Amino acid sequence: MADKVDVVALAKLARLEVSGEELAKLEKEIPAILEFVAEIQKANAPKEAATPVLHNVMRADENPIEPGTHTESLVSAAPSREGDRISVKQVISRKHA
Amino acid sequence: MDLSTLTIAQARKDLDAKKYSALELSQAYLDAIAKKDQGIHAYLEVWADSAQKEAKHADELIKAGKSQALTGIPLAIKDNILIEGRTCSSASKMLEHYKASYDATVITKLKAEGAVFLGRTNMDEFAMGSSTENSAFGPTMNPHDTTRVPGGSSGGSAAAVAAGMALAALGSDTGGSIRQPSSHCGLVGLKPTYGAVSRYGLMPMGSSLDQIGPLARTVDDARILFEEIRGYDAQDSTSNPDGMYKAGKVRKVIGVPRAFLEKGVDPDVLALFNATIERLRKAGYQIEDVAMPNLPYALPVYYVVCPAEVSTNLARYDGVRYGLSVPAATVGESYEKIRAAGFGPETRRRIVLGTFVLSSGYADAYYRTARAVRDVIRADFTNAFKEVDCVAMPTAPGPAFKLGEKTSDPLAMYLEDIFSVTANLAGVPALSVPAGTVAREGKQLPVGFQLMGAHGGEDMLFAIAKDVERTGA
Repeated sequence: MADKVDVVALAKLARLEVSGEELAKLEKEIPAILEFVAEIQKANAPKEAATPVLHNVMRADENPIEPGTHTESLVSAAPSREGDRISVKQVISRKHA
Repeated sequence: MDLSTLTIAQARKDLDAKKYSALELSQAYLDAIAKKDQGIHAYLEVWADSAQKEAKHADELIKAGKSQALTGIPLAIKDNILIEGRTCSSASKMLEHYKASYDATVITKLKAEGAVFLGRTNMDEFAMGSSTENSAFGPTMNPHDTTRVPGGSSGGSAAAVAAGMALAALGSDTGGSIRQPSSHCGLVGLKPTYGAVSRYGLMPMGSSLDQIGPLARTVDDARILFEEIRGYDAQDSTSNPDGMYKAGKVRKVIGVPRAFLEKGVDPDVLALFNATIERLRKAGYQIEDVAMPNLPYALPVYYVVCPAEVSTNLARYDGVRYGLSVPAATVGESYEKIRAAGFGPETRRRIVLGTFVLSSGYADAYYRTARAVRDVIRADFTNAFKEVDCVAMPTAPGPAFKLGEKTSDPLAMYLEDIFSVTANLAGVPALSVPAGTVAREGKQLPVGFQLMGAHGGEDMLFAIAKDVERTGA
């Protein structure tokens, strides 16, 4: 089974800028890898994985950390900041509405 | 002290007997790194100053009679494990200048012991690869033959220990990344049971597969390091509560999935595997064939599950909270440019592949099917462990290969993992122990023997591996 793979669309979904040269390579490599992994469809297995036994791994909502304890060490890693905030480009704009 | 043969166990005795100080020991390793690493490139950064400070602190602990298993022991750390305030790059341009905001739990434990951190080791970018050639900062060479790769992705950690530039090292293993480089460099490497070692502070790659583990010169050393890093951690929701797995009755029965070993293994590597099995038989083990009919699906399943998890895990690298930042007109454009400039070719390949297998219309045929087949692979192990105590197979299909030999063919590189990925998919512990050497172009190259146990069965793996070690040449 060799599905048609639209690498340009996938790269867009994955937020990856891909050069023309890399695109040509990926258009050959990805179908080859998919052909290899399509082997799994021959296995004698149920259609869906079994639902795992779930248990709660969340901690109790108590003993909160004092505000500001980790702020500096985390915010200082950001490429761009304003005070104690991480600064980012405008995400929502009128033009694209 | 002879760094080419020194072990953690021996260094512990020597340090406690004051034969040499922790500072002298660390200095010996720093000198060895200065002398040798130019030709090996095991380290991305050497922490000489802080290592000396840590060693002095260790000497104080020893003097005060407070020495523990790893006090003053010089270790190398894979570049995807966080140490607060130090650069941690995952061998990627994306994180070239990233400084860790906190300590990984394994590091907290090692610091509490007074261990010494020599430096961070080279790896395939974000731990994706089997040769360390996917590092953004150049490959690592195998100390046994510098025209060959050390394996990967923990290739720098393996090369550092094999070349006598660290007493032991930490690596991470998602599909074989501790065991395969251990095999190629003549070391003992352990991928613990899924959940046995906290992953808090390990950069995630395939979260249903990743584990941190030791690379060391001997089985005892691997065990010492594992014992110090294992255990439940409230900071890691996938961490196993202590005592979750009960140790089974040891019957000394080793299973060999013969049908799975019929093709794809170099003849002399298979011969060495069979000779090791014979040694174990003579040492009193019972050897049985085990049917594990779904093992041939393990590699294809892995190369669906792993890229899927990679594509989601690596979505976090967007240049907002940390890492590379590239200016652009819009936020969307900046993501695309950052990820183009920051990620190397294999990382991008897996992200695209993972995006495909998870995409609407294909997720049923690929990702969901892979998860279902993963269940039957896991069942193969569960069934096998009803008959046998552990399953043995080669660690990798061949010895270390030449630099550049497989870089242009991703599938050829993926085949390196054919035997190792099975344990990650099943979540069981697996260990590679040196089994001897094979000759390639006049050089003797090490080859590992792999043992897999039931969940929580590390102790048994160590015991059998000791017998492999003891009966070896």
